[in-house]
Amino acid sequence: MENYNMEKLNFERPIIRKINTGISNKFGMKTEFEPIKHIDNVGVKGLAAEYGSPVFVLSEKTMRRTFNDAKRAFDTRYPKVQFSWSYKTNYLNAVCNVFHSEGSWAEVVSRFEYDKAIANGVPGNKIIFNGPDKTDDDLNTAIKNDSFIHIDHFDELYKLIELAPKHHKKPKVAIRVNMDTGIYPMWDRFGFNYENGEAWEAISKIIISNKLEFTGLHTHIGTFILSASAYAIAASKLAELAVRIKLKFHKDISYIDMGGGFASSNTLKGSYLMGIDTSPSFDDYAEAITTALINSDIDPDNMPLLILETGRALIDDAGSLIGSVVANKKLSDGRKATIMDFGVNLLFTSFWYDHKITPAQDFSHHSETTTLYGPLCMNIDQIRESISLPPLKRGDLVVVSKVGAYNMTQWMQFIMMRPKVVLIDKKGEVHIIRHNETREFVESLEEVPLHLKKAKDVNGNKHKHNGKPVEIDSKN
Amino acid sequence: MKINKKIAISESGFVFNPTTGDSYSLNPIAAEILDMLKKDLSEDEITDALLEKYDVTASVLHRSIDEFIDTLKEMKILENE
Ligand SMILES: Cc1ncc(COP(=O)(O)O)c(C=O)c1O
Repeated sequence: MENYNMEKLNFERPIIRKINTGISNKFGMKTEFEPIKHIDNVGVKGLAAEYGSPVFVLSEKTMRRTFNDAKRAFDTRYPKVQFSWSYKTNYLNAVCNVFHSEGSWAEVVSRFEYDKAIANGVPGNKIIFNGPDKTDDDLNTAIKNDSFIHIDHFDELYKLIELAPKHHKKPKVAIRVNMDTGIYPMWDRFGFNYENGEAWEAISKIIISNKLEFTGLHTHIGTFILSASAYAIAASKLAELAVRIKLKFHKDISYIDMGGGFASSNTLKGSYLMGIDTSPSFDDYAEAITTALINSDIDPDNMPLLILETGRALIDDAGSLIGSVVANKKLSDGRKATIMDFGVNLLFTSFWYDHKITPAQDFSHHSETTTLYGPLCMNIDQIRESISLPPLKRGDLVVVSKVGAYNMTQWMQFIMMRPKVVLIDKKGEVHIIRHNETREFVESLEEVPLHLKKAKDVNGNKHKHNGKPVEIDSKN
Repeated sequence: MKINKKIAISESGFVFNPTTGDSYSLNPIAAEILDMLKKDLSEDEITDALLEKYDVTASVLHRSIDEFIDTLKEMKILENE
């Protein structure tokens, strides 16, 4: 018999797991075993009673606090920093205006978003127009408004050179650069490649054309980037381009735009550890980027403005979704399943994250492992493959935390209509910032051709076939 | 056998390989072993240290460490010199 020393620690096999967003988490993650009864001191139960379940809740306080954390991280390390709110991340006007009121410009990728920014009162010269699909009209409008046009491909570059002479000023342009930063997948679909010289070719064409004002360099290396050092690589490469522009064309660029991509504290699917423990902080990203720029060969007296298009990391924490339990089920193999009144229609990000889901009422410390499904009649409508939760019953409320980014833009009106979105302001007052959809609203865009209007129902006859009323044989 | 110099290991048991862009998570004992590898401890030294600390037989431990090291090599986190 082997003699174990009782003092010794329990041994678990060492394991390493590749974090792969496509593979779900086999471990299941412990939910926070404290109920969430309040959001910014407003009762969750009351919110659901007044605004319905499900309902999205945004905290203005958290938005502003997060923004100021991010700003401080960069302002303390670099002389000139400008945030530009990434509209696609959450373009509810109330949300955009919180960030604008904190000094953010607007970063848009479509005419829809561009016009939204203008309507929100953002001056044209504080709008960054990204994206691969800008029509001639979009470009002309952006030129007229002095917006910064970030060129995505050579077709757009030539189009701008063609459009420029019709205006009395040089369009302000930057190029989007894609590059190898060690991050996979490389987003080389967008912009001009650094390594193969395409970016330099685009820069030379713009400057030599003398029809466009070359203002800056832009990159967006990906989203939810867990490595701050990838940003250091990206910033160094853009800085090298800036130095080369100075050498060859004797021109200082006005800005370097590092795009978005900072991770929020959500937990990626398949990750063994909680996102809160693994995501770099704003300080980590800021340190990587600003050190790379400051240590570059850019003339220290002419440091470019540093622009950041941070989306996800600024708003994820501020958003919650309150929902409720529809039913408990047992699957054929004995596993438990819980059906919620919200699914992937509202939580697009559940494809990527193991969302933190917490009951909103007191519970015992017993818990069980269950699969959380949404209410859609679709197999893909799964919110968590495996989650440990206290036993919940029909009608119990839960709070899904950190859902502020991308859900209120990528949600879909499928089977269900979209619910209300409310904002809790700094004084704790609740405002509806988007009403729930109604059938009338959804159908307001539809047209029904005359011959399909009010076709009498299946049994009420009145159908005409070949000009004759259809006889329905009631004996069949 | 040497740990790939470019690999970043966070204290929270998170590994990032900048060459491939891959991220990995470790359980606590895996993080402990990787830390010892980083400090250039040999496989025998690691085995001895763990035998001392954990309630495990030598054969189970050997098998676990061998398997783990093979996995690290597959993932290019460890390299043969
Ligand atoms: C050009 C650009 N900038 C900024 C962002 C915002 O990214 P994130 O939410 O990851 O910060 C995106 C998102 O895809 C983007 O494409």
